[in-house]
Amino acid sequence: MDPESTRLRDLALSDTGFVFDPLTGHTFTVNLTGQLALRCLKDGLSPEATARRLTEEFESDKNTDPVRDVQDFVLQLRDCGLLE
Amino acid sequence: MDRVDVTVAVTGMNATDNPAPGVPVARALRHEPSFKGRIIGLGYDALDPGFYAEGLVDGGAILPYPSAGREALRDRLRWIRQELGTDVLVPNLDSELRALIALAPELERAGTRTFLPSLDSLERSSKTHLPRLAAHADLDIPPSEALLTADGISDAAKKFGLPLVVKGVYYGAVVVHTEAEGVAAFHRFAAQWGVPVIVQQYVPGEEYNVAALGDGKGNLAGAVAMRKMMLTDKGKGWCGVAIDNPELIRICEAVVGVLRWRGPLEVEILRGTKTGEYFVIEINPRFPAWIHLSAGAGLNLPYYAVRLALGLPLPSPIPHYRAGTLFVRIAIDQITDLSTFEQLAATGVLRSEQRAFAGKVSHA
Amino acid sequence: MKAKYEPPLIVRHSLAGVNKLGSIPAIRPMSSIDGVRIEELVVAYGSPLFVFSENTLRERVRELRGELGRRFASFDLGWSYKTNYLSAVCRVFHQEGSLAEVVSGMELRKALAAGVAGQQIIFNGPAKTAADLTLAFEKRVQVHIDHLDELALAETVAEGLGIVPEVGIRVSQSDLPVPTWDRFGFHLESGRAIEAARRIVRSGRLGLRSLHGHIGTFIPNPDAYRMAALAMTRFARQIESELGARITTIDLGGGFASHNTLHAQYLPGEEATPSFSEYVEAIASGLEEGLDGAETPRLVLETGRALVDDAGVLVATVLGNKRLADKRRAVIVDAGVNILPTAWWYRHDVRPAQEILGTAEPTVFFGPLCMAIDVVRDRVMFPPLRVGDRVVIRHVGAYNVTQWMQFISERPNVVMVSPKGQHAIIRKAETLETLLLQEQMPAWL
Repeated sequence: MDPESTRLRDLALSDTGFVFDPLTGHTFTVNLTGQLALRCLKDGLSPEATARRLTEEFESDKNTDPVRDVQDFVLQLRDCGLLE
Repeated sequence: MDRVDVTVAVTGMNATDNPAPGVPVARALRHEPSFKGRIIGLGYDALDPGFYAEGLVDGGAILPYPSAGREALRDRLRWIRQELGTDVLVPNLDSELRALIALAPELERAGTRTFLPSLDSLERSSKTHLPRLAAHADLDIPPSEALLTADGISDAAKKFGLPLVVKGVYYGAVVVHTEAEGVAAFHRFAAQWGVPVIVQQYVPGEEYNVAALGDGKGNLAGAVAMRKMMLTDKGKGWCGVAIDNPELIRICEAVVGVLRWRGPLEVEILRGTKTGEYFVIEINPRFPAWIHLSAGAGLNLPYYAVRLALGLPLPSPIPHYRAGTLFVRIAIDQITDLSTFEQLAATGVLRSEQRAFAGKVSHA
Repeated sequence: MKAKYEPPLIVRHSLAGVNKLGSIPAIRPMSSIDGVRIEELVVAYGSPLFVFSENTLRERVRELRGELGRRFASFDLGWSYKTNYLSAVCRVFHQEGSLAEVVSGMELRKALAAGVAGQQIIFNGPAKTAADLTLAFEKRVQVHIDHLDELALAETVAEGLGIVPEVGIRVSQSDLPVPTWDRFGFHLESGRAIEAARRIVRSGRLGLRSLHGHIGTFIPNPDAYRMAALAMTRFARQIESELGARITTIDLGGGFASHNTLHAQYLPGEEATPSFSEYVEAIASGLEEGLDGAETPRLVLETGRALVDDAGVLVATVLGNKRLADKRRAVIVDAGVNILPTAWWYRHDVRPAQEILGTAEPTVFFGPLCMAIDVVRDRVMFPPLRVGDRVVIRHVGAYNVTQWMQFISERPNVVMVSPKGQHAIIRKAETLETLLLQEQMPAWL
């Protein structure tokens, strides 16, 4: 198992978008798309597969670029210390 | 008294080492046997301690910072009214008042009542206008000046002598002993609260505080005087005693009379060591953080404020309060799970019936 | 029903505080001006775009006139040209009864060219030339003398014309609760102002009829005006009793705050800025105290910013998004500080021009200039924006279209919207040709 997704798997995520990291005690808020993206990444999905799930689950138009957005989200997770 | 069964929203839940009055106002309401209503805490931060005090609030909500503007506040209060059913709103922070006074008629039409001074009274009570008010009401104040730049510190030091008292336009006051300290204090207050910054002659003496409620017709609906017995390193009262001093009450009555003050206020009064003269130092347009003492001493001003907001009568005559009643603040650690924080941080609202996160965090 | 897509976002709760309003929008969109859709204006006139509301201009000036009319038998407003001298804006104010207040030869000639009568013009400013004064005296403009050398020049010009024009002197004051503006006019407390008055009256080549004092700018404190009015009125009475010259006009200049928020201000301008009624009340009480029963002179105010700021917006278009090292979201828009110099003074109110969904987070708006200082608005909670979205920067009517710089691009169109929803250009966008027209190539290159 990829150690990064193990790190994500330990996060407690509630339906309100509240995230608790038991390792560091940090707390976070994620938006609706972020909740789904986080769940996908926890399950070990690739950013591309995660972006596809977002497109399926949310109403988007042709101007959106979920792959770029998920890549940015992964960078945000890194900024937050949730990915090495 | 007849029962009061309404939902009261109270702002200022940040009971930290520089406490806002929200928690003591809520506790004063809880103190009153005939108050059977719900209390909603309103704050600016998910970690405002008042949200966590056991048995204090029945719900809560985060407000947009005053810097977000009036429209954001109006929208949020409308939402809070719909979701949490607030019948009365008791604001406890100076920085909220101008907007809430302006919004009051609209809030009332939407079902949330307030009991607040007019904008004109508020303006006239401000630190910058205190000299004019004092002249008008024949009250003594230490000579003071409103400064927009730090250059004025030097002149003020010459005019008033050192030490000087330097005050922020909304909060805070320090005694400075040199011009350099004065300039530093000016910049600190200007950065935090903006200009003007007020400088005042330092008058050695003993400080007294009077918490009061004006009926808006020029009369005092009740007042409690107090002397602080212990201060924190920030100069905040950590314990104090209710006192019976007719002169303090008379001064407060004069202030309420000349301003036709409607709602809560606190008058800070100094008694000069040398002459025994009383000086008005400051008028705060809200209840002080020690207001729970008023309830404990037998004159529950926050509860009276709620009654006046609802148009209900006050007891007649107003009861005497017990001089010699003490308040002693204690710092305690409230133990709680993550659910309150989760709700406030993730959704901005606290509904006591929903504790979604409770028990979910396990480290299996 | 699927929820709308927005870019996924995670925000760490910081020690500095957790103020989370969830999905409740904290910012209201502003999608139209006086019934005209902003998108329609941008399609017609391009982006960025300055838009002025004729309706707001008239409402503001009528409100101030109403307050003055309630307390003063005789008063005038002078429209402060330097605040915004676009001809259409000036015309609205002149239609509403405002005089022209000019501070340079160019502004003086602009007002005259617009058909404003000389007696309807007030000429301030610290740098009047002989040519300016000649034109002004010939047209019977109300000149306010700024310093002794100008006074000598004015006397010479008047003598040359063979007339004794009625003038005023500009007076500066220190004893006010505002930073001292002593660079304009003769200082009151140090006695320079009375010396100037004595010189005018004794030489007899000019007639002293008015006093002018401009106490500063963006003054959110009406009491400063009360004190200024009091001191000016007392000074007028001193001139009358000592020199026998009757002061018929007291001009307190401008300086009222608009609904903008200064960078150093804690409360937003809409809370901190006094109403016209508060300012006028303060002035009335100062005059009353100073007159002490004497006949009330005509009051003149030259309020500029507070009348025009609210009436102007700048519409800009989103060019891109990025995330900064400190995790803030940055949005690049096509309007920079070269056309919005007031961004250096104010935390401008920025609104989306369309409904936008999504989680608000701290956002900084950068302009398109290749300069670090090109910050349109620093740190405001804003929902996510996409390329092509429009934003509206509010309260930009004062100073921007007079102080803007033509830097690395052409300045954009300025349009006005009428109360009936008509709209038209009031200043055409520059083109490369406009810029090249002014340039010449020396023969040796």
